[in-house]
Amino acid sequence: MTFLKLIIKEISYRKLNFWLSILSAAVAAGCLIGALTFLRAHKLRTEEIIDRKEIETKKRVIKLEDDYRKITKKMGFNVLILPKDQNLNDFYADDFASKYMPENYVHKLANSKIVTIRHLLPSLQQKLKWPEKKRTIILIGTRGEVPNVFKSPLKPLVQPVNPGEIVLGHELHSSLNISIGEVVTLLGKSFKVSKLHRERGNKDDITAWINLKEAQILLKKENKINAILALECKCAWAGLAKVRDEISEILPDTQTLESHGKALARAEARDRAAKEAVAALDAVKHHRAVMLAEQKDFVSTLVPAVIFVCAVWIGVLAFGNSRDRRYEIGVLRALGVSSKNIFFLFLTKAALIGFAGAVLGCCAGFFAGMLIVSDKSQTVSLFALFQPNALILTLAGATILSVTATWLPALSAARQDPAEILRKE
Amino acid sequence: MLQLTNIKKSFRKKNDVVNVIDNFSLTVDEGKFIAVQGASGSGKTTLLLMIGTLLTPDNGTVLINGTDPYSLNPEVRANFRAQNIGFVFQQFYLLPYLTVLENVLTSNLVFKKANAKEKALKLLQHLNLEHRLTHLPSELSVGERQRTALARAVLNQPKLILADEPTGNLDAENGAVILDYFKKYAAKGNYVLMVTHSKHAAETADRIEVLDGK
Ligand SMILES: Nc1ncnc2c1ncn2[C@@H]1O[C@H](COP(=O)(O)OP(=O)(O)O)[C@@H](O)[C@H]1O
Ligand SMILES: [Mg+2]
Repeated sequence: MTFLKLIIKEISYRKLNFWLSILSAAVAAGCLIGALTFLRAHKLRTEEIIDRKEIETKKRVIKLEDDYRKITKKMGFNVLILPKDQNLNDFYADDFASKYMPENYVHKLANSKIVTIRHLLPSLQQKLKWPEKKRTIILIGTRGEVPNVFKSPLKPLVQPVNPGEIVLGHELHSSLNISIGEVVTLLGKSFKVSKLHRERGNKDDITAWINLKEAQILLKKENKINAILALECKCAWAGLAKVRDEISEILPDTQTLESHGKALARAEARDRAAKEAVAALDAVKHHRAVMLAEQKDFVSTLVPAVIFVCAVWIGVLAFGNSRDRRYEIGVLRALGVSSKNIFFLFLTKAALIGFAGAVLGCCAGFFAGMLIVSDKSQTVSLFALFQPNALILTLAGATILSVTATWLPALSAARQDPAEILRKE
Repeated sequence: MLQLTNIKKSFRKKNDVVNVIDNFSLTVDEGKFIAVQGASGSGKTTLLLMIGTLLTPDNGTVLINGTDPYSLNPEVRANFRAQNIGFVFQQFYLLPYLTVLENVLTSNLVFKKANAKEKALKLLQHLNLEHRLTHLPSELSVGERQRTALARAVLNQPKLILADEPTGNLDAENGAVILDYFKKYAAKGNYVLMVTHSKHAAETADRIEVLDGK
């Protein structure tokens, strides 16, 4: 006869107590492994969703780019309107027009019935030395779009720069280490940096944009501009010649050139599409993270509560068991079993209960977690869900839990006075 | 030799102190079957548990073959008990979930002896229980239960058998079997000490000590 055999015999005799204890351990273990499996499933599912979204987004960006390419192609080109007496050699050499025209030219154009151009952008441009930073820059004063009165208002393609603000091209802000919100001085006037452009690989990179009115004052060219950019000229059917004709009719002392606008428009379009896609992806990620945090919150209160209740249950059942076994304890002590042995007898039984319960609970919890997942996803596989560490943690945890919960009952059983028990008639 | 010298035991009952055993001395020689007879409440069980190393006397010494069990630490004393003392109780105290054979073998839990199973089988045969080996206590008659308890008590051939009203729940015939066994067991050079209120049972012993209590 061994103690282990004694334990097993006793277990099979007092089945109800044993199975109730096992059940408690199983509930605790199942709850833990279920929660772990569920959280893991959520993580895998999130990865799956985000992967899919990313692929979708990429496809969408490509499609968008293509759409924009087609659209801009249909648009034909953008044109630049300069004063008539501007020498084009100088213009191309200097990157800006050295001749000026009245600012109200743009209003004339806007108020005309011209159909071939839209989005009028007047500007005052000059290449100059930024005295405070000792850099050559192109300074552009811009006031945003001048609406064409005969057309339905369109969403502006280019935002105006507010007074007191400055927008910097990539080369400028990156080499001078300037960030948004900083205040810089230009020609003795302070500007707050409101926007920084990404690299475009053209003269925009060394350009600074400010409000048109302020540029006119700084450059002493009140009410003057030296270029009007007309974007999205819908004149694929007409060509540049027709646009030129129309413009020169309204503004006789100007000349019209084709501008680089196509590439710019396309870059901006692509930029916008990509930003939108990234934002959508971020929204999904954020949503999943919030969900996970909520679930973790829930799990981290529920699981310990359940485990605690189960531990109390195991302890209560062990107390009941030790009471049922009073006479047994008395006679075992008379047979020379020490109180230490009695203590370990109860703890060994508790360990068996904890382990067996954990095995049951793991099976149940694992399948429960899986059912919840498989409901929502076919791609998260059983193998991916299986976490050996969680399993070991649960098996060991439930065993320790059961032993700990039985500690006091076992101690009380071990401390029972055999004389007290055996003297009863 | 089993030797009790000036054993004293009292219990505190609320504010009263009850002297259950007062200056009790007794010497038992090897080979003797001793009966301690006394009325109910005279302290027989208390005395038996003190000899059985389960209840520390307030005063006096217990010597079992020259060993004072109360000088041993609890762990060693439990071992000593397993080796040297067998108990038989009025209520048998068999483990309800073990068969007859397994119950007898519980004596082997702590004090492992070779061939325990063969010895148990032989004993059970001797006690007319060979047809009951795999039965649970609940399936036995009271006589069979007490014979199982007896087999358990003597499995390790302890020097000392302590019996508390062993025939209290038995009819005369079954009681006689137990008493007869005690006599023979003692005669092999052991000590058997039985406490009983029954004059009839006590008379089968080699010697009767009377415990008058108080
Ligand atoms: N632990 C105890 N606490 C208080 N009183 C006790 C205790 N053990 C025994 N007694 C008292 O001691 C007396 C003797 O008890 P016991 O030895 O069982 O007598 P017997 O076995 O002869 O019937 C009784 O009056 C009993 O109530
Ligand atoms: Mg008694």
